[in-house]
This record gives sequence, C-alpha cells and structure tokens, in this order.
Amino acid sequence: MTVAAHPEQVAGPAPATSGRRVIRVLLRDRGAVLSGAYLALIVLMAIGAPLISAITGHGPNDFDTAAVNTDLGGVPYGSLGGISSEHLLGVEPQNGRDILARIAYGARVSLIIAVSATALTTLLGVVLGMLAGFYQGWADQVICRVMDFLMAFPALIFMIAILSALPQGNRPVLLVVVISVFGWPYLARVVRGQTMTLVNREFVEAARASGASTGQLVFKEILPNLRSSLIVMTTLAVPGYVGTEAGLSFLGVGVTPPTPSWGQMIASSVGWYAVDPMYFVIPGAFLFLTVLSLTVLGDRIRAAFDAGEAS
Amino acid sequence: MTRYVIGRLAGVVVILFLVCLFTFVLFFTLQPDPAVMICGKTCTPERIDQIRDVLGLNQPFLTQFFGFLGGIFAGRDYGEGANLVHCAAPCLGYSFQTNQSVMDMVVERLPVSATVAIGAAVLWLIVGIAAGLLSAVKEGTWWDRTAMGLALGGSSIPNYVLALALQYVLVVQLQVLPFPQAVAFSDDPVVWFQSYLMPWIVLATGYACLYARLTRANVIDTLAENFMRTARSKGLSPALTMRRHALRPALTPIATIFGMDFAALLGGALITETVFGLNGVGKMAADSIAKNDQPVIMAVTLLAAFFVVVGNLVVDLVYTRLDPRVRITTP
Repeated sequence: MTVAAHPEQVAGPAPATSGRRVIRVLLRDRGAVLSGAYLALIVLMAIGAPLISAITGHGPNDFDTAAVNTDLGGVPYGSLGGISSEHLLGVEPQNGRDILARIAYGARVSLIIAVSATALTTLLGVVLGMLAGFYQGWADQVICRVMDFLMAFPALIFMIAILSALPQGNRPVLLVVVISVFGWPYLARVVRGQTMTLVNREFVEAARASGASTGQLVFKEILPNLRSSLIVMTTLAVPGYVGTEAGLSFLGVGVTPPTPSWGQMIASSVGWYAVDPMYFVIPGAFLFLTVLSLTVLGDRIRAAFDAGEAS
Repeated sequence: MTRYVIGRLAGVVVILFLVCLFTFVLFFTLQPDPAVMICGKTCTPERIDQIRDVLGLNQPFLTQFFGFLGGIFAGRDYGEGANLVHCAAPCLGYSFQTNQSVMDMVVERLPVSATVAIGAAVLWLIVGIAAGLLSAVKEGTWWDRTAMGLALGGSSIPNYVLALALQYVLVVQLQVLPFPQAVAFSDDPVVWFQSYLMPWIVLATGYACLYARLTRANVIDTLAENFMRTARSKGLSPALTMRRHALRPALTPIATIFGMDFAALLGGALITETVFGLNGVGKMAADSIAKNDQPVIMAVTLLAAFFVVVGNLVVDLVYTRLDPRVRITTP
C-alpha cells in the first residue's frame, strides 16, 4: 500500500508509479497477455457486431431455413453444427440463425451488463463502505445491518423472484440494478475495513491537523490508498457478473428473446445437446474463456500489487 | 457466551422476518392478481370473488401478512363453514398451481436437495483439500502449477455448461452412465448412485477448485509462521510438523467457508437440479417462479434464507472451538 504523498513533499525524481510497474509486470506474464488478448478480441467482436453481420450477410435474428434439415426436425446440415464457409460457427437448429452473429451480439449484452453492474457495485460499495468506515458510529451500525441483511438473502433465488415479478420493462437495466443491490456488500465490507485502519494512520491525522476538509481527507488521503484493492476486486467481480448474467438468462429471467445472450443461447441448447452438441459447445466455450481470462487477469493483477507491497 | 447466542438468535429471527416481509411486499405490489391465475380460463367473476374470499386476498396487506406468519407458528384456517380447510402449523399455505400443501412439498423435496448437497460436499472437500495440500507442500513444482492451472480453469466453467458437456460425453457418447432418474436408494442403489453422480461432480467441480486454491494459500501462509519454524527447529519431521502444527490453523478458515457454502446449497441448487431434472427444492424454486406460484416462492425463499442465516450462526459458534485464539467477548 502506498502512502499518499503530498506533491510538495516529493523530493528528487518521482519513483515509477505502482500503476506503471504493475503494467510492466503484467506484460511479461504469458497468462496475463493471452487473457488480455482474448478479452480484446471479445470487446472488438462486441463493438464490431454489426460489421460482422454485414460481412457474413447474416443478422443475429435472420432465419436461414436452407441451412437446416427440416426432415430431421431441424438439425443443421453438415457436420459440427453446420459449420461452413457460409456460417463460420454454424447455425442454430430449427431456425438456422447464424451463431457467429448471435455470439457477437450476445457479447455486447454480456459485457455491457457485467461492466455496468461492476461499476454500480463499486460505486455503491465504495461510497457506503467509506461512509461506514470514516464516520463509524451510527452510520456504521446502519450500513453494517443492511449488509448483514443483504448477505443473508438467498441472492440467486431472490434475484430470480424479483426479475420474474417485475414488469418486463428494460431487462438489461433491471439486471444491472438487481445484481448490484445484492453485490455491493461484499465490496463495501473490504472498503469499510481498510478505511477504518487508514483513518487512524499518521498521514491522515497530519492532513486533518493541517486543516484539510472532510472532502479532501476522503478523496486525497483515503481513496488513493484504496486504489489497488479496488482494481483487484473490480477485475475479479466482472467474471462473476458475466457468469451471473448468463446464469439468470439461462434460467429464463435475463434478457428476453430475441435479444441474444450467451446464457440464453446455452439454455436453448439444452434440448439439443444430444443431436447437436456444437450448439452448446460454442457459446459455452466463449463464456468459459471470457470468465477464465478475466479471472486470470484479476489474479495476476493482485499478485503484481502484492509483490509491490512486499518489496 | 449464552448472552451472545441469545443475541445472535434474536438477529436470526429479525432477518428471517425481514426476508419474509420483503418478499411479501414484492409480490403484494408487483404480481398480477393470483385469484385470476388460479381460476384459469373458464372463469366467472363470482368464482374469482370466492377464491379471493377463501384465500383472504381481499384483506388489507397487514392482515394477509400476519395471516401468513401466524400460519407458520399456529396453523390457519381457509374459508368457513362447510368449505373450511384447516392447515396445521407449520403452515406455508397451498400451491396455487397444484393445491398441494407447500409444507408437504418442501418435506418431500428436501431429502433430494440434501442428497445432492452432501454428496457434492464430500467430493469437493476430499478433492479440493487434498489437491491444495499437495500443491502447498510441492510449491513451485510442475504438480503445483498444473493443479492450480486446472483449479483456475475449473472454477471458470459455468455449472450448466459442465452439466451439458458431461451428459453429452458420459451418457450420449460413451454410454457409461444412464440418464439421471428419480430412484430411491432403497429401490435400486446402483441406479441411485449413477443418477446422482453427475450432479455431484457438476456441483463439486467449482467448489473443489476454489477450496484447492484456498487450502494451498492458507497452508503456505501457515508454513511461514514462527511457530512452524520453532517446530521444525525442534527436529520434527516435515510430515509431523504438517500434521501436528500446520493443518489446524490452515484449515480452520476453510471450515467456516464450507459451513456457509453448504448451508446455501441445502436451500436448493437451482441450476444443477433444473438441468438434471432432480426434484429438489432448487427445481421447485425454478418451477414456482416460472409459474408465478407465490406461496411456493415465499416458502423456498424463506427456507434458503433460513439455511444461510442458521449456517452463519453455526459457523461463528464452531469457529471458537476450532480456533482457540478467537474468543467471543460479550459487550
């Protein structure tokens, strides 16, 4: 943990910031580089989804009955789930929608929901965790009780119950809100604990004695010291939320069809796994690799920060 | 200690009450009229009124809420006169879909969820802790790197993808297992075991990977402690220092995490049970949500919350036994 340095106190050449050091360490790590490359590919795919559709000529919801064998109940023609030069990742059984296009559009949904949920969770967790840790007393009491309450909730069952009870509305927004409401306590607990120890450190005391306002204390003294743990926690939260969104969509309460999502694609493949295994293997592999890459990246970032603290 | 336990029990009751209230408010305000849903297609306004009357749906919110709560502790009556139905305590009402007593449904399905949870727990504890210990002892070797790489990968596979992949490989392709069936242990132990094997593996994989990583990290931390150096310098063999001194402090945190994970699973493994068609509490939850069966949703939510809260309490109480360095001080 780096102690916040006041600009006027820094003498001599500034040491390499921990951020730059961490990036240098990560660039030398094969696992981190591979994960980063894969994630970059997924992000590009998500952004370029319309482009992919335009090039291949298949939209995510275009039916292609020529690609499936209607006599056999709609199994795709050809081997491996209908993979061909026409459909690079095959087609869905029955209606023949292009899987590549659906994967690309599905990546948008998954990533946007996971990243927004992480952002909202982090915002809630940091604000409430710091409030509790900084002011302590009754604010701490109230926030801790709310956290206990939310963490005691059977989150998955309850998320499903809420999502199924809520009117249709804007599904992705609802998903983000529901995931964040149940997710922030885990982050807030850590932020609270660290804030409590930071508040009593000498440099905060010194700043307070030299007349810093509460805002200055919070944003200039405490928040910068939470940075490394926040970066680690948020990178590790994203894969969790990618999984949660896919799980909720898998159970039928996530994004509604025809909007594609990876979890929903896997859910619709359940009835087909025996005759057309590629139908679940492809979205499953994309989901697995995305979660794995994010986890590896988060893990390596943590290791890099920990090594920096130890030195 | 007694004061601490009483205080915690009061906390358990408060949280369960709040979960109850929260769920009730949610359905009271958001759900479409249950009477219309129960009534179905061939429905007359009189019939709807009658259903509302019997179920007390035309009562104000608080009356309904306390009616539900009262049913749990004292039982309750539905309807009056010749139509009177008594639901004995603990009463969770009747399913809107099947008219079955919700309590009976829970009692019937809980053993399935418990079987899934216990089998999976045995599997992931053995595999996870063994792999973690080996990795910690052989830190930095190829075994350690392979095991930890696999653990990272294994914890990234979503349950349902693993379930489909296993079914495809083991049931469809290799045909070493039959498709999971609902068979009682007493009827056919072999088919029973074969049917539960895949759910156990699917559920255990993620946890085993997590526990392997946790065990490794904890053991490595413990091995670096001063008391371990002392033990080694006394001349104890590595195996003996591990058994006598390292295991207990290293595994105590795992025990607490295990308590909470296991309690959460007793409330139903939604995805695994649904994918394998096991008639446990988890599948009941998924089905009731799909069909908007409010009394059943209330019951599964409460049940899951009950397990989580009680699990937390048990973990905290057991912790002081496992780790004598932690003592509960009553304020």
